[in-house]
Amino acid sequence: MTEHDIVIIGGGPAGLAAAAAAKKAGTEDILILEREGHLGGILNQCIHNGFGLHTFKEELTGPEYASRYIDMIEKEQIPYKLNTMVLSISSDRVLTVINREEGLIQIKAGAVILAMGCRERPRGALNIPGYRPAGIYSAGTAQRLMNLDGYEVGKEVVILGSGDIGLIMARRMTLEGAKVKVVAELMPYSGGLKRNIVQCLDDYGIPLKLSHTVVEIHGKERVTGVTLAAVDEKRRPVPGTEEYYSCDTLLLSVGLIPENELSKSAGVDLDQITGGPVVNDCLETSISGVFACGNVLHVHDLVDYVSEEAALAGRSAAAYAGSQKEEPSSSNIRIRAVNGVRYTVPQFVNRESEADQWKIRFRVSDVYRDRYISIYYGDERVYHKKKKVLAPGEMEQVAIKKESLEKYPDLAEIVICTEED
Amino acid sequence: MKELNYDAAIIGGGVTGCAIARELSRYQLNICVIEREEDVCSGTSKSNSAIVHAGYDAEPGSLKARFNTEGNRIMGDLSKALDFSFVRNGSLVLCFSEEDRPSLNALYEKGLKNGVPQLSILTGDEVRAMEPSVSETVVAALYAPTGGIVCPFGLTIALAENACDNGTDFLFETEIETINKTDSGYDLISSDKIIHATYVVNAAGVYSDQIHNMVSESKLHIIPRKGDYCLLDKEAGNLVSHTIFQLPGKMGKGVLVTPTVHGNLLTGPTAINVTDKEETSTTAQELADIMEKAAWGVNNIPFRQVITSFSGLRAHEEGDDFVVGEVKDADGFFDAAGMESPGLSSAPAVGAYLAEQIALKANAKKKENFIETRKGIINPQKLSLEERGELIRKDPRYGTIICRCEGISEGEISDAVTRTLGAVSVDGVKRRVRAGMGRCQSGFCIPKTMEILARETGRNMEDICKNRSGSNLLTGKRQGGE
Repeated sequence: MTEHDIVIIGGGPAGLAAAAAAKKAGTEDILILEREGHLGGILNQCIHNGFGLHTFKEELTGPEYASRYIDMIEKEQIPYKLNTMVLSISSDRVLTVINREEGLIQIKAGAVILAMGCRERPRGALNIPGYRPAGIYSAGTAQRLMNLDGYEVGKEVVILGSGDIGLIMARRMTLEGAKVKVVAELMPYSGGLKRNIVQCLDDYGIPLKLSHTVVEIHGKERVTGVTLAAVDEKRRPVPGTEEYYSCDTLLLSVGLIPENELSKSAGVDLDQITGGPVVNDCLETSISGVFACGNVLHVHDLVDYVSEEAALAGRSAAAYAGSQKEEPSSSNIRIRAVNGVRYTVPQFVNRESEADQWKIRFRVSDVYRDRYISIYYGDERVYHKKKKVLAPGEMEQVAIKKESLEKYPDLAEIVICTEED
Repeated sequence: MKELNYDAAIIGGGVTGCAIARELSRYQLNICVIEREEDVCSGTSKSNSAIVHAGYDAEPGSLKARFNTEGNRIMGDLSKALDFSFVRNGSLVLCFSEEDRPSLNALYEKGLKNGVPQLSILTGDEVRAMEPSVSETVVAALYAPTGGIVCPFGLTIALAENACDNGTDFLFETEIETINKTDSGYDLISSDKIIHATYVVNAAGVYSDQIHNMVSESKLHIIPRKGDYCLLDKEAGNLVSHTIFQLPGKMGKGVLVTPTVHGNLLTGPTAINVTDKEETSTTAQELADIMEKAAWGVNNIPFRQVITSFSGLRAHEEGDDFVVGEVKDADGFFDAAGMESPGLSSAPAVGAYLAEQIALKANAKKKENFIETRKGIINPQKLSLEERGELIRKDPRYGTIICRCEGISEGEISDAVTRTLGAVSVDGVKRRVRAGMGRCQSGFCIPKTMEILARETGRNMEDICKNRSGSNLLTGKRQGGE
């Protein structure tokens, strides 16, 4: 069994930023494990621009953004293994790992950073009735087949779900000569970024039908069409509103699921809402020395925030690996998300933490206008700020200064909520 | 037109046809299996409950009763000889009210008459002690320890591979449109072939009435009876360990809840008579129906963890029994028709019976070099760390994981494509090694599976199909793509 101070699972944007930050924080012995043949993760297939505005103050494509971090890894000579998949993690941080060259090996990690990303929700999870022909793709699969492998996945397309990948693919397929007939969204609002609605649908005249879903898939060999219907406020199809669209392809962009099979094998506690690990302000999970960042922790809207969050995980893992502490940190204060706030990450902060302030990221559960975001310490409202628009598709964040807790020595819970006034 | 000559031709490459082929290949006969799809196990055999029934359900004296009980008895040995997954997990038939108890007792009596061993009736509490998720409303249950679960693809493909290893030809994408009686047997005519066969077996599933009616005046009528299912994530697979049926009672006919041999949880089927023999679309109504009925007997089924739903057609014959044997007014033409449930359980027994009938008629001798066993595709997950490491050293392709959800390696997928009767479609790969059958439902692995298929079979990516011809996954190369 080999040993490393920090093992990072996943060489996508989260893993790379975590590695770079851990190195900068002084850890020399870092290993990145990547299951694909290249570093960069899903960014490699995101050939559109819009990445890096926060991090690099310029607009980059996905591969360009990834290459900035890959260059850092190469420059710092941080070792990585490609085509290498982690099969399981034990609670004492022994990883079982498989690849062609070494076969099946075990690696003991001083600290582990989970950075496996997420997967797309498939058709089956929605139980869309009808036939099961070829031509039904999750948007990211279609994106890979087009952008990395160089194939055309369809000529006439209906997209279900207005997640960002679906919106990006509506534009991408249009540019490649396909006819994107409509994007249907179950909810009364889009799950994607506003800028993507404008730049990928509006600019190309692609209609977005809110409160609509696919109620039947037609075609025995290849998709020949789908039936859309309007849904009521309980998201049930409204009889009589069915509309048939002929198409050879149905793309699904109906949600992303943090990929936590490995986290579960280690016994990491997961948050029912995010689907990712429950973490403290160091991004440490319920298992000592196991940290999480990026889309495996919670699904992000912008990669820039992934990089920022991952850097924190990298620094925390470096501190952990250097200190050899084994006890999970105590005196945690729980952060409770209520009244329009769906979840927060982290879910706990520790008043003994070394940071001066914490960024609390969250998403809201509905579209709100002119609504306040508030923070309560017990009965006392310590933060109250009006936002013009809050939408589930966009991640929000607030900062909590550690010193603000000094007056509340017995505080066990911080509440974050939305308020009308 | 291509002309081919066989001693025996079996129409249909489902589990029944493949079982007959495997048993008939014991004899010195030149035989073929004719299948309209691109692979075996492409119709009813791929979409069913995957249950090896104990045998208490069928009417005593019926062919269903006879072949089910016998099929169940021989399934264990067959699974060892042919290396497919079969588990005798036992089945329970839940009874929800005292009023229904006479029907439960009647089922028990039927089981005894059919020769089902080890049957007993349990109290509600005894059932819940065995299965803690069973509902409080259950008052009693019939327990059949010999009931089992099987991989229906594994069973069918194993039979087919073994038949092929023993000299059986498989003619795919061949749909028999006309059958003419000749002096020496029958001419089976498809769009591109004439197959001259002395003996013919009709194992054409939902189409077995059409095939039968081409040669006989005593007509059959198959009603396709559609059943929808929901398959749940492996995380839900431990909810029950036995196959849980519901006794048809005052609430109507229920659905089953069962673990699969792969560790998923399966629930269904509905039962809707349809007219179109290709009508395998699921409906919202039926899927809702399954979820409602499954909950009668089993608590806390996590339907949020459904990973796919599917639908299959049972070949229900109007006479309500299997039709197995030589057709009275068609000498040398044998039926294996109306093979609805318990058809999967019965297939090995039907195969053995019909093979013997045909061999008798043909006066055929047994081969001396019959290959009794078949080795399946290696499952590296069942090996020890050391064994798996050694496997990768010998063949590094076992070290590249293609399907991350099910943990399937390139080595397994390549084997599935290149072995005897290898997969030619993505669904064929899926049924052989489960690549794409996990929780992401092929989102990550399908491009790679397609690449392996294209490479191993010397085809272009654009020609790779999901299943039958016309189900191409890609519509072309991207403009400017390489």
